[in-house]
Amino acid sequence: MANTQALRRRIRSVKSTQQITKAMKMVAAARLRRAQNLIVEARPYANSLGSVLRSLAGRVGTHRHPLLQEREERRVTLVAMTSDKGLCGAFNSNVLREAHALVLSGRWEQVDVVAVGRKGIDFFKHRGIKPVAAFGDLMSRITPAVAFALAKSLAKRFSDGETDAIYLLSNRFRSIIQQKVVLARLLPIERGELEGGAQLTSYIFEPAPRALLDHLLPRHVEFAVLRALLSSQAAEHAARMTAMGAASKNAAEMIDSLTLTYNRVRQASITKELIEIVSGAQALGER
Amino acid sequence: MTVAKLHLKVVTPTRVVVEADVDEVTLPGALGALGILPGHAPLLCALRIGELGYRQGSREHYLALQWGFAEVAADDVTVLADVAELPAEIDVEAARADKLSAEDALRAASGEEFEQQRAQLESAVTRIAVATRR
Repeated sequence: MANTQALRRRIRSVKSTQQITKAMKMVAAARLRRAQNLIVEARPYANSLGSVLRSLAGRVGTHRHPLLQEREERRVTLVAMTSDKGLCGAFNSNVLREAHALVLSGRWEQVDVVAVGRKGIDFFKHRGIKPVAAFGDLMSRITPAVAFALAKSLAKRFSDGETDAIYLLSNRFRSIIQQKVVLARLLPIERGELEGGAQLTSYIFEPAPRALLDHLLPRHVEFAVLRALLSSQAAEHAARMTAMGAASKNAAEMIDSLTLTYNRVRQASITKELIEIVSGAQALGER
Repeated sequence: MTVAKLHLKVVTPTRVVVEADVDEVTLPGALGALGILPGHAPLLCALRIGELGYRQGSREHYLALQWGFAEVAADDVTVLADVAELPAEIDVEAARADKLSAEDALRAASGEEFEQQRAQLESAVTRIAVATRR
């Protein structure tokens, strides 16, 4: 039977773990709120950009802009978005499992991996896959400037002909308890996204519509990357919140069961001592 | 009787900077500054680095803008800027330092580097102008 001192130590250690997981859950909840705010604040811009782009594309037609050029997909680039930190449940492994499967699937002749987030970088290093580009420490502070720079480097790969298509693989935030791994094509831009614009207004364009469209299409790509990063960030915090909530609950259960055992052991030892005293006294009395 | 007003909305990827009913807007258009009054024809225009001014009655306000575009439709003026700063948010000292460093770098720079530094210089000059106005 376990001794009481060892049990006491065990309970203390589980309790301090629980304090950490509880704190992490609260931190994740606060960060999630902030991440959600960022998503909401980016929305007006995204909406206006989308509608302007659609009305422009409706006017000048989706002409042969380099970012719209569809090629046979032989060499593709896969951007896997993960987090920099762990302890967030299956958040990273979901993305990485999917990414690994896609690389091995043989759907394309060659898959170049771009790893975003330190977890992804480590994963590919262990699997012997060398990412063509790696961005660590990006998730901790997502700014439009950072996202735009990432998008620009991706767009350059595409327009230089180094790759035939670029896919984003990331967690999308659905709700606090649901994150979904989504594979979305970033480049070439899906024509569907530019069509269906209502032709309501005949604008004066300055400069010419085509020049404006050339100016706005890269921005559309940049914004898609920013949105994916923000959504992935929110999903990460939500996943961590759920994981830490479960961990705190498990710790509480463990403390309960350990406390029960501890009390039992303590009671048993008291009973044993009592029996010894009583039987000792009886033995004396019988003399 | 109410006078027609423009509904101005300035948004950046991270926030809505200004949302107000105004009488006049001046935009730093890519091909030159342009003024918008109520009843303006629908317009879509690219913006560069510069000052965005708007007037409410006799009060004038200014923002420092960096790139983006503006849409004018039915007295709604929507400005989508990469960066938009209110005068109170601008660190004049930092802007002055930026200006000096850009001026220095411009003397040696060429090509793409030159363009970058020139943009930095322009944005610094604009920020100083906006912050120190009035």
